Amino acid sequence: MVEWNKRHLLDVEELTKEEIQQVLDTAKSFKEVSSRDVKKVPALRGKTVVMLFFEPSTRTRTSFELAAKRLSADTINIAVSSSSMSKGETILDTARNVEAMNVDAIVVRHGSSGVPQILANNLKSSIINAGDGCRSHPTQALLDMFTIKEKLGKLEGIKVGIVGDIMHSRVARSNVVGLTKMGVEVTVCGPSTLIPFGIEKLGAKVCYSVEEVIKRSDVLMLLRIQKERQKENYFPSIREYAMEFGVNAERLKKGKKELLIMHPGPMNRGIEISSDVADGPQSLILEQVTNGVAVRMAVLYLALGAKE
Amino acid sequence: MYKKGIKMSSKLMDSDLVRRAIIRIAHEILEKNKGTDQLCIIGIRTRGVVLAERIAKAIHEIEGKPVPVGILDINLYRDDLTLVDYHPVVRETLITFDVNDQKLVLVDDVLFTGRTIRAALDAIMDFGRPSSIQLAVLVDRGHRELPIRADYVGKNFPTAIKQNVKVVLNESDHQEDAVYLEENN
Amino acid sequence: MMLLIKNAKIVNSDGIDDRIKDILIQDGKIVKIGENLKSDGADIIDAKGKFVSPGFIDLHAHFRQPGQEYKETIETGSAAAAKGGFTSVFCMPNTKPPIDNIALVDFIIREGKRVGLVNVYPVGAITKGQQDEELTDMFEMRRAGCLMLSDDGKSVHNSHLMRMALQYSQMVGILISEHCEDPLLSKTGVVNEGYFSTLLGMKGDPAVSETTIISRDIELAHYLDCRIHFAHVSTKRSVELIRRAKTDGVKVSAEACPHHFSLTEKEIRSFNTNLKVKPPLRSEEDVAEIKRGLKDGTIDCIATDHAPHSQEEKELDFDQAPSGMIGLETAFGLGITELVDAKILTLPQLIDKMSASPAKITGLSAKGKIAEGMDADLTVFDSEAPWQVKAAGFASKSKNSPFIGKTLKGLVLATICGGNVVYNVE
Repeated sequence: MVEWNKRHLLDVEELTKEEIQQVLDTAKSFKEVSSRDVKKVPALRGKTVVMLFFEPSTRTRTSFELAAKRLSADTINIAVSSSSMSKGETILDTARNVEAMNVDAIVVRHGSSGVPQILANNLKSSIINAGDGCRSHPTQALLDMFTIKEKLGKLEGIKVGIVGDIMHSRVARSNVVGLTKMGVEVTVCGPSTLIPFGIEKLGAKVCYSVEEVIKRSDVLMLLRIQKERQKENYFPSIREYAMEFGVNAERLKKGKKELLIMHPGPMNRGIEISSDVADGPQSLILEQVTNGVAVRMAVLYLALGAKE
Repeated sequence: MYKKGIKMSSKLMDSDLVRRAIIRIAHEILEKNKGTDQLCIIGIRTRGVVLAERIAKAIHEIEGKPVPVGILDINLYRDDLTLVDYHPVVRETLITFDVNDQKLVLVDDVLFTGRTIRAALDAIMDFGRPSSIQLAVLVDRGHRELPIRADYVGKNFPTAIKQNVKVVLNESDHQEDAVYLEENN
Repeated sequence: MMLLIKNAKIVNSDGIDDRIKDILIQDGKIVKIGENLKSDGADIIDAKGKFVSPGFIDLHAHFRQPGQEYKETIETGSAAAAKGGFTSVFCMPNTKPPIDNIALVDFIIREGKRVGLVNVYPVGAITKGQQDEELTDMFEMRRAGCLMLSDDGKSVHNSHLMRMALQYSQMVGILISEHCEDPLLSKTGVVNEGYFSTLLGMKGDPAVSETTIISRDIELAHYLDCRIHFAHVSTKRSVELIRRAKTDGVKVSAEACPHHFSLTEKEIRSFNTNLKVKPPLRSEEDVAEIKRGLKDGTIDCIATDHAPHSQEEKELDFDQAPSGMIGLETAFGLGITELVDAKILTLPQLIDKMSASPAKITGLSAKGKIAEGMDADLTVFDSEAPWQVKAAGFASKSKNSPFIGKTLKGLVLATICGGNVVYNVE
């Protein structure tokens, strides 16, 4: 392991294979911290971490907040509705205001791709991307990699299928980029209208048959299908989606017995995933949540101690 | 990693001295704690872990009973995290036993300012409330900055503050056991 | 009053004059061109070693007045035009309110004259309020001095209305310029749909949103035997469609913008909102075809689509920041750097694209050429001089240029409009 030199975490794309490995190794140490009775270490004592969320989020925000708190950092939540943005204050105004209060890291989520990059270009704080537009959700991809590696012992050579609305999913995009970098074979699956142009160039295979993907995968990652997409005519009906692309216990029988099921949440039970699968023995969904805290601790620890 | 020839150095202990020191410390620990009941050994990464395992092995050979060994990474508890340029690499802490009401022996290679031990004490307290904590080190080189002393010492070496004491152990450094005194320029 | 330009290397669209000449200007007209002209009492400009071309004509700019004077005004826009070597500028009607009646047409013309730097031509809206519902009063606007109509910012999406607009405008004798974008296909797209929109997770605007409207309009123009002008053509397929239409004898003309032959979608990786523009920056293939179209004449002219936006608007995120970039002051430099230096066009061909051809398209018969009797609209430039684009250097009220920091070749030294020196580098 080497000295960490990235103050920001903006995208998985900018991390090397070795750096991803380092985050995962560091996260392992922090997972142990979260399993103690006293779930707190003084590593970031005196640091201030701000959660600047322009989009509602409970899971990711809570996970980051717990991560920062377990490292003894002080945390503040700032939820900005996009409506107050239209009152003339730009994102940069908001972020500069936050930074003027001497914060050390800003964890940002925004509905528009590239906002973390824009903040990083203009501010001195560490910027951690907690999801931007349809672009990137690096900590989710890292925690997914951590979970797979913890379960299967390795990433190289593993086959992962990602099923759902690939086009509008930052989780899918980050995972395609991150997993392929680690030697995982990724297949994306969903209605053709929700598979974005050029995804093959990012290293993913495309398959329109969920059963085919179930057959060939070691891990199946299901994505939330948003009902608004149906209203935009990306597919005919939720009913047809559930029939063609939904995963249930019956369908899983076509795959390996040890096929693992993941979902970044929140789930639409009965649509992309049935309850017997979500709660079944193959499901890693709650472990993903547990690992999320450890991975985010690792990211905050590394970024706030980066040497540039 | 220790690299030969970069600095002027002299050998303070050879492998025989190291071996004898460890056996003596094992005997002293057993004597002071009247056996292995409630006894646990915790090594501080990296070389403290190697020494802890050797001490535990020696105790096992002497008493015929195993003692649990834990691994402690104190980096998250360092008091200079806000001062250093970059955060040190953190590795896993592995303490699989309950520390409550146990007699813990912390093991490190060199006792110097005492700050590492301070961090280790903080870390252990986060795991529970041991009945006692003792400290074993291979080398005590003086220059304490905190009121900390070792219960078991392999060898005391008065050093100048600018000098550096380097411990080399077979398991961690892939070289023959030795302790060197290096002159910093 | 009189002005004498000495020692000019005259470059017209048909070539560079092989002799160094003087140009005598009186009452806004070129009265004499010859060697060693003398004139008592005339102001003298020595253009020794420099080129003099007909003043550039921009068929596509946004001066934002009335309504958005914080971005640009006719005054600041005119100054930017003069600095960029332009002597005539067509101002798009998507102001607030839109230029869709005689009163606003008249206002723009009067304000342009009051400022008195360059010729400002208002472009009228095709539909009232640019609402895609009713035609504007075209005869009245034409008589007030309006030479071109456009609903720029969007297409006339209603196909029947577009048919009516083409037929009626033909009778009026006014040119229709179409912003080609099917809003149902472009939706909320902010960048070209393709590998980069996927990589960056940004909403894609597919090339087909442009080409469906171009195809429809070519068919309408063919069917009705009417003229149509295509604004800011940006895709490979668009160029191919227009090339084919021209071969078929359809009366189409087209413009391309400097950013569409200078930049590709790759640049978007920086998330610099100054790169957000409609139509979006396209692929390398598209850029290559735009250049080919300029070379073979499929694309008739270069227009800037000068679209000023304030700093605070461009400091928004990529989705919310407004589209557009300023272009008047960098157009010529990009033309020299990207087209002439790259051997896509010769210098006279560049002058054709920036002056003679737009004059012809809009019927400005006294402009676009340096000849006796023509309007004294001239640009003096050094085609070799390198210069760096700087935010502080812009005369425009807005600084939203993605070219800031870049070094370009081709520097405008002086601009003469109607016989008056309206810009001088010194």
